[in-house]
Amino acid sequence: MINKITILPGLDKRGLREKFDQITLAAGETISIVGPTGSGKTAFITDIELLAQGDTSTRRRLLVNGQVPGDDIRSNPSLKPIAMITQNTKCFADVSTEEFLGIHARARGIQNDMVVYETIDLANKFTGEKIEKDNKVTVLSGGQTRSLLVADAILIGAAPVILLDEIENAGIFKREVVRMIQDTGKIVVFVTHDPVIALLTQKRIIMENGAVKRIIHRSDLEVKAAHNLLELDTRVDIIRERLRAGKMITKELTAVNFA
Amino acid sequence: MKLLVIAGPPSAGKTALVKQIVRRLQGEMRIAFLKIDVVKAFEDIELRKEFNIMTRKWYSGDLCPDHAGVMIMADAIEWAASNYSDLLIIESAGLCLRCSPYLNQGLGVVVLSSISGIHTPEKMGAMVSLADIAIVTKIDLISQAEREVMIQKIKEVHPGVILMETNALQGTSLHHLYALIKDSPDIEEENLSLKGNPPLGTCTICIGKKEIGWKHHFGIIQKLDGQTAEYLYRGE
Ligand SMILES: Nc1nc2c(ncn2[C@@H]2O[C@H](COP(=O)(O)OP(=O)(O)OP(=O)(O)O)[C@@H](O)[C@H]2O)c(=O)[nH]1
Ligand SMILES: Nc1ncnc2c1ncn2[C@@H]1O[C@H](COP(=O)(O)OP(=O)(O)O)[C@@H](O)[C@H]1O
Ligand SMILES: [Mg+2]
Ligand SMILES: [Mg+2]
Ligand SMILES: [Zn+2]
Ligand SMILES: [Zn+2]
Repeated sequence: MINKITILPGLDKRGLREKFDQITLAAGETISIVGPTGSGKTAFITDIELLAQGDTSTRRRLLVNGQVPGDDIRSNPSLKPIAMITQNTKCFADVSTEEFLGIHARARGIQNDMVVYETIDLANKFTGEKIEKDNKVTVLSGGQTRSLLVADAILIGAAPVILLDEIENAGIFKREVVRMIQDTGKIVVFVTHDPVIALLTQKRIIMENGAVKRIIHRSDLEVKAAHNLLELDTRVDIIRERLRAGKMITKELTAVNFA
Repeated sequence: MKLLVIAGPPSAGKTALVKQIVRRLQGEMRIAFLKIDVVKAFEDIELRKEFNIMTRKWYSGDLCPDHAGVMIMADAIEWAASNYSDLLIIESAGLCLRCSPYLNQGLGVVVLSSISGIHTPEKMGAMVSLADIAIVTKIDLISQAEREVMIQKIKEVHPGVILMETNALQGTSLHHLYALIKDSPDIEEENLSLKGNPPLGTCTICIGKKEIGWKHHFGIIQKLDGQTAEYLYRGE
């Protein structure tokens, strides 16, 4: 269905044209968007999510499989091939988790009722605090909401393109998330400040002043670095979870060699 | 002249949307704007200052703003037309959930905020179900999943409506709306009527009489323990 998304250049914050001809994201590819706060990372993935046609603040245009997308796929959620997890971690809908997912499944044209419970189960793999089906979405914590929305994007959005905005900030098990959605043949885009996530992706898009400044393909050296960093990150996680659980740091963890 | 009637609950983003429309279409159309509200409104001053277009406002006071609009809209259309406007935008107060301000001609737009709660579309009655276009604002404040849930709820209330989502502060994804406005036929002033049915009648409470008790009032309010036969209460 979707195998390629093309981004055509827009204008930076001063109104100057971006300096790339086009950026193509292909199925199976993982990309990270990095750059300082306010540099336009969220705006970049929002353009993808809206399938912008020169009608957003950046004036970028998007093509799907090389074609201008029709109004129907831009505005009909059940046809929309893109799921996005925003930085917002609050839900305003005054309904239970079960009901919320049920309506979303309807919006996406999914008949199978089980998907609601599978989504809650998956969400509970991403968060330490269990989400119950009767919990109102308005009372879920930031991390629980984020976990639920990621699981929802994977199973209910079930979209070939997934956009994630700074998932590392919600206190969820980010490696679990990365593991779940890599190698699924999807286009996965992470906006991130996290070096581990950035190095786990094949391409890095560097943002500055509202524009794409550079595109870097991950080097072999960086692949190795990513593995080391992952190792390190796993240990940091162990320490974090021990501290969260009210435990003491054990001796072997004080002896970790971070080199 | 084209006509655009915009309704929606307080603070939904009606004015923010009007500003985007004016910004976009001002170059090709002469635009007039009317705000109808109950007690206070500043849109006329704001829009005149920002865009230098013709603006008016009108307070409905004790009346339902949509009822009042029935009379006032005719005056406004005459005013805008006599000033050679190409487009008249009317922003309603959007308070009466029984009535709706849309006419049989022109475009009727309902503006809904995505943070107003998921049951709003169902609760707003004719304001949603008689609109031609529904625009969900403030999508920058919620998750995509929740946006889709909101859209689904609106569709369930009004399957035929043309739906759009926007961050009204930035005017994202409104190309389709601009095209619909430009393509909408000019109105025929002699053949304008309300789309929705007004309530069965009005009573003296509707127009602001505050005295308690039946002897001060007439209208069609049923007595608390009244017989159905008595429902046409005519006053004492
Ligand atoms: N973040 C965000 N804020 C918005 C958006 N649309 C409107 N607002 C803000 O919401 C508030 C109300 O918007 P208005 O456009 O005045 O709403 P209105 O429907 O005209 O309100 P009344 O005429 O008073 O009923 C303002 O502070 C706007 O700046 C949006 O899409 N995103
Ligand atoms: N190319 C652009 N032109 C105009 N405004 C932009 C552009 N890119 C981003 N912005 C605006 O700059 C602000 C910060 O951008 P944002 O994407 O939120 O940054 P980040 O996610 O990197 O912190 C937002 O208000 C956004 O709309
Ligand atoms: Mg951001
Ligand atoms: Mg207003
Ligand atoms: Zn009314
Ligand atoms: Zn009354």
